[in-house]
Amino acid sequence: MNSRGMYYLCIVALAATMLCMADAGQAGRREFWSTPPKAESEERYMVPPPPFSEGIFPCSGCHKEMKTNPNRRILKEEHTNIVLKNHAEEERWCLDCHDANNRDKLRLVSGERIDFTEMYRLCGQCHGDKYRDWKVGVHGKRTGQWNGKKEYLLCAHCHNPHSPKFKPIQPKPPPLRPEYIK
Amino acid sequence: MSDKETRDKKIFRLTRRKALKGLAAGLGALAFPGKDASASVWEAFFQKNFRELGKPERDKILARLEKEYSAQFGKAVKVKATPPVEGVLFGYGLDLSRCIGCRRCVYGCVDENNQSREPQIHWIRVLRLEKEKGVDLEHAEHYYNPAKVPEEGYFYMPVQCQQCENPPCTKVCPVQATWKENDGIVVVDYNWCIGCRYCMAACPYGARHFNWKKPGLPAAEMNPDTHYLGNRPRPVGVVEKCTFCIQRTREPEGRYPACVEVCPVGARKFGNFLDPASEIRYAIENKRVFILKEELNTQPKFYYFYFT
Repeated sequence: MNSRGMYYLCIVALAATMLCMADAGQAGRREFWSTPPKAESEERYMVPPPPFSEGIFPCSGCHKEMKTNPNRRILKEEHTNIVLKNHAEEERWCLDCHDANNRDKLRLVSGERIDFTEMYRLCGQCHGDKYRDWKVGVHGKRTGQWNGKKEYLLCAHCHNPHSPKFKPIQPKPPPLRPEYIK
Repeated sequence: MSDKETRDKKIFRLTRRKALKGLAAGLGALAFPGKDASASVWEAFFQKNFRELGKPERDKILARLEKEYSAQFGKAVKVKATPPVEGVLFGYGLDLSRCIGCRRCVYGCVDENNQSREPQIHWIRVLRLEKEKGVDLEHAEHYYNPAKVPEEGYFYMPVQCQQCENPPCTKVCPVQATWKENDGIVVVDYNWCIGCRYCMAACPYGARHFNWKKPGLPAAEMNPDTHYLGNRPRPVGVVEKCTFCIQRTREPEGRYPACVEVCPVGARKFGNFLDPASEIRYAIENKRVFILKEELNTQPKFYYFYFT
């Protein structure tokens, strides 16, 4: 090998070493207990898939063949079990949140179409305080690691989007009274 | 010296003094474990306070306990002694406006931490309070049992160990079997505890519990992932308490405590106070919080919130 080849090889090796060192330094600086820096895009959160009823998604499975009726009405044939309750039913109906042209998407007020996995942006249009708390992990349940990656739940995992108040559940049994503890 | 005197010296004469000495020695010997003493019983008997142990001794004790528990419960039991992590001070938050009083946390804790099922021991107690009266502990009810929760006009406040920065319980322990670790968790060395229950009297939150009987823990329900200062099986006659699931939270995997994971409404928050990006830090910096019985200056690291 001539001296020039040797020279280039040295340069490449040196660059590689420095890259490795810089990388190791970066990794070493973060203590394992501190929360890792936010992912590249702020708005993406680790969420499980949306809680669709069995066999209902994709919506276009049925809706593709149907003509959209944009008039506000009470649904008589299909989706009769979906009723807006305590959720601005006077002001809104289906197509305010569901996109009329692409049924597999949700629709923001701005007209932007979003996936169901980003439904927090839709809910956050009105519930901005909850959205803000949810983003920092204070509203709603989070699982994962206290010192690392956290998994969020979507709004619909806890709240039925059409009737969002949390439904009462049966409590676990009370503790025994001391006189019954043998 | 005559023959008689020499003979008298060699004859054993029982005197009152000798009898008492013998009786005392005999009773003393009875107090030692003798009946079914295996080597491990003797080792446990002469074991030092956990904080005085060197690493080789500690490892030996952990190995001995693992062997004992594995035999007792018929599965491979792990006993860890992971020390506190530098730069971590654990803190807890509970959102009173979310809690619905369903007691999932109570039983999640029992399953994780190997509490006695019979007689029953719960580390978490959920109080039902009247909305009109606010946090008025005199009118708290913890035996509530309706068909569905939450009930109209009530709110719920779970109470467990508050992991005080200034814990009254550790100060009264006559043998220093309980202390506050550097990450803020108050722990008990069950092998050093003498069962005097002074700490229970000193705790203003009712967070400590006593094993009046040998804990009834079915082998099938036993959680084999244990910590020496946390959820390892307890003997009879010692005090136990919440440790923020020390066997989970101190590991590098950083799991949340069992009560946080099981809460269906996400009312429970947990994290590192010293990490500015943690959710618990955000909560106490930005939300209205209070601590229970603030006037006692126990300085709990357990914050109650109203997030609304």
